[in-house]
Amino acid sequence: MEPNQLTIHEIKKLLGAREVQPEDVVSALKKRIGAINPKVRAYVRVENTSLDYAKSDSPSGDTLKGIPICLKDNICTAGFNTECCSRILEGFKPPYDATATEKLKDAGALVLETKANMDEFAFGSSTENSFFGPSHNPWNLEYVPGGSSGGVAAAVASDMAIAGLGSDTGGSIRQPASFCGVVGLKPTYGRVSRYGLIAFASSLDQIGPITKDVEDNAILSGVIFGHDSRDSTSAQVEVPDYTKCLGKDIKELKIGIPKEYFVEGIDPEVKKIVDEAVDKIKGLGAQCRQVSLPHTEYAVPVYYIIATAEASSNLARFDAVQYGLRAAKPQGLIDMYKKTRGLGFGEEAKRRIILGTFALSHGYYDAYYMRALKVRTLIRQDFERVFKECDCIITPTSPTAAFKIGEKRDDPLKMYLSDIYTISVNLAGIPGISLPCGFTKKGLPVGLQVLADNFDEAMLFRVAHAYEQATEWHKMKPKL
Amino acid sequence: MSKYEAVIGLEVHVHLKTMTKAFCGCSTEFGQPPNSQVCPVCLGLPGSLPVLNHKAFEYAIKVGLALNCQVREYTKFDRKHYFYPDLPKNYQISQYDLPIAAGGFIDINIKQQAVRIGIVRVHLEEDAGKLMHKEDCSLVDFNRTGIPLLEIVSQPDMHSPEEAYEYLTSLKSIIEYLGVSDCDMEKGSLRCDANISLRLKGEKALGVKTELKNMNSFKAVKDALGFEIERQAGLLDEKVKLSQETRLWDAKELKTVSMRTKEGAQDYRYFPEPDLPPFAITKDEIQKIRQGIPELPKEKMLRFMKEYSISEYNARILVADKYDADYAEERLKAWPDEDKKPMANWLIGPVAAIASSSTIKISQVNISPDNLSELIELVEKKQVISNLTGKAVLEEMAATGASALSIIQAKNLAQISDEGVLAKEIDTVIKENAKIVNDFKAGKNNALMFLVGQVMKKTQGKANPKMVQDILRRRLG
Repeated sequence: MEPNQLTIHEIKKLLGAREVQPEDVVSALKKRIGAINPKVRAYVRVENTSLDYAKSDSPSGDTLKGIPICLKDNICTAGFNTECCSRILEGFKPPYDATATEKLKDAGALVLETKANMDEFAFGSSTENSFFGPSHNPWNLEYVPGGSSGGVAAAVASDMAIAGLGSDTGGSIRQPASFCGVVGLKPTYGRVSRYGLIAFASSLDQIGPITKDVEDNAILSGVIFGHDSRDSTSAQVEVPDYTKCLGKDIKELKIGIPKEYFVEGIDPEVKKIVDEAVDKIKGLGAQCRQVSLPHTEYAVPVYYIIATAEASSNLARFDAVQYGLRAAKPQGLIDMYKKTRGLGFGEEAKRRIILGTFALSHGYYDAYYMRALKVRTLIRQDFERVFKECDCIITPTSPTAAFKIGEKRDDPLKMYLSDIYTISVNLAGIPGISLPCGFTKKGLPVGLQVLADNFDEAMLFRVAHAYEQATEWHKMKPKL
Repeated sequence: MSKYEAVIGLEVHVHLKTMTKAFCGCSTEFGQPPNSQVCPVCLGLPGSLPVLNHKAFEYAIKVGLALNCQVREYTKFDRKHYFYPDLPKNYQISQYDLPIAAGGFIDINIKQQAVRIGIVRVHLEEDAGKLMHKEDCSLVDFNRTGIPLLEIVSQPDMHSPEEAYEYLTSLKSIIEYLGVSDCDMEKGSLRCDANISLRLKGEKALGVKTELKNMNSFKAVKDALGFEIERQAGLLDEKVKLSQETRLWDAKELKTVSMRTKEGAQDYRYFPEPDLPPFAITKDEIQKIRQGIPELPKEKMLRFMKEYSISEYNARILVADKYDADYAEERLKAWPDEDKKPMANWLIGPVAAIASSSTIKISQVNISPDNLSELIELVEKKQVISNLTGKAVLEEMAATGASALSIIQAKNLAQISDEGVLAKEIDTVIKENAKIVNDFKAGKNNALMFLVGQVMKKTQGKANPKMVQDILRRRLG
């Protein structure tokens, strides 16, 4: 096995035993990227993968010593392009590292000069909205890898990365993890500092790890979680040692299966695979019971009001004044705004800015934004009620496996529905993890989503790890 | 008398004097090189996040309390959106429906009458940067971006430019007393916009209002309002329908000019700032801040009246400015007698006159409490010099910092109170003014004052005028 095919915990062992050198990992990755990236297009930038570069910037820390971690294009890296795969941020090199980037470096990780593909500003579920063009699903290059963190998921699934960080606003970590057969975690809102994550929807965004297995996910979470005084929404809640949650049994755990997640719209093949996974979990001694999350049907419309409203505000700063694109020869100030934003934003970004601007406009605010906030509270209460009687909830991550590139591109509503099982989780703020639980007949991975109460990521790792260890799905590799 | 009544409301912005900006750690120092006091947060760079400066929050509460407002125990920030190059995020972090404080008032003094002006709200927000326009481009300086700004909105309770002027003076005085802002209009640390409309006297409904901007001093506010009252009255007289608009004060031409009408009004699309969770402040914390509020002008005035038994009129003048009040109090204390009137009168009279003739504040007149006290004693009690000479000595003291006694000695200004010396001079004057003497004897009282004046002249003003009078009366009696 090549070093690039290994997991974090495997590399840690080999590095410790001096059976492998950091150079070996980096050069294996470099080789793999050279061979595969032109096909998969998981990375939009591969500038400098030399170890010297990475080393010079990576002091101290042991947890991730010598292990390269890749980043989505919306997580700031000092002096290296962070462009959200948008033309409007062309050439933007932040003068500072995101807190998550800093924490990786402090833990000894190698942050190479690479950036992974994403839908522009994380607006999408397929990476097709990237200015650089779509990434391809390593399991079948005609299919999307999911999105918006599709680049990181595809890189991890195809061994072009050991692990990476994505961001999740409505499913942008979990859905691509599910489509690519890897493990993706959306932490509790407030767990990971958002400082240096270029905002999409501030009240929903969270950075989280995308990894080859649950153990790696627990390790990375331990590194990036924790309070940050630079983010006022970051929580002062203790971070336990998640590796200690691994290997515990799940006997007697009470697991809720929400009936609203298994109705019309779910692909029968996906339903069957998830049902089998639930049976497997029952077989491990957990008690599964049906529960109800009655406001589920409102999640998508509520999300598209709140998320677009916040996005329209967050994206107002891209005005050509200080950084990024400036359209040539503007005739005055207003023309500079119009031309630059007209040229710099893609179609989906424009659609969401217009939608969000409308939702916040005078005379519409109460009917849309205000009302959406109220329903958001109801959705949150649904989960609170269920977690009074359940330790966790299990659902499919997405109603379908990966779809074909171009298939939903012209139908935004259809595209939005592919996040139907992940969106409520962001609205409620709770943590959720997606891990592989089978394959469709076409050979595309299917993901299982586990949800827990606020700040109970330990429960997610415990249940996910128990299931993973009882199955072989995480060991499958795409043939490229 | 006009048939119209003006209705005026003021919107005042003050910079809070915190060490660092409202939502980042950058310095707020004035006058630094452009863009030298900036960071990713106040530049609004992608990914950066605001963190509230609690000092600014505390100052805002302090002002709210001093203006007799209700301080909210639960408050939040909102985003106010508009595109402009001096606003790096193209939204301003401000407060919309839950301002920190609301529903207060200030009592101002108009023609010796207390007039109560309501305060609608006090809220905290961040300032924008500064644009500099060059021939072929515009440049932005972001040093000011993010400096904490307090917006204080009055009720439309004022009815004349004079009332507006008084309100501003009183408000500034209170804020200076609190020590939370420099309130320097020249440096932009205090700015004022005004809303004004006219209606027929006795009418309840409000007329169409104009928003006035670009006034750079309190006097400019007064002048702009005065101009606007004339302008609007003229139009109303001619039955012209007014349109709601924003007008700029042109300080050179002394007139207001239309900037934009209501049709171009902006939709700011306020919504709760998701990067700053709403926060609660306890009654105890509010109480603690309340205890930190120093004595305010009104209380100080009442105390001055009581403690130093001085008139309301005098006390009001002395407390109007915080520094003047401190200056006055130090000197009132230095005056050894129970009765502080002599010192109060000297402060409001000759000392204030020196200040106003050199356009400085009373507190900038450079005379120590002991020196001033000594001078007044020499004039009022020991009568070593006359009142007139005293004023001249005071000016000399302010200019040189020397003590009264040293000036009197150096210039040989001491009053002549030696009866023998005075009698000699008086005899000469009586001889030289036989006609006047007769007038006096015939009952013309004025004649005596003329004779006193002649004696003063002969002694270069040094004769003790009271003694001169006494001796004269005795001689001619």
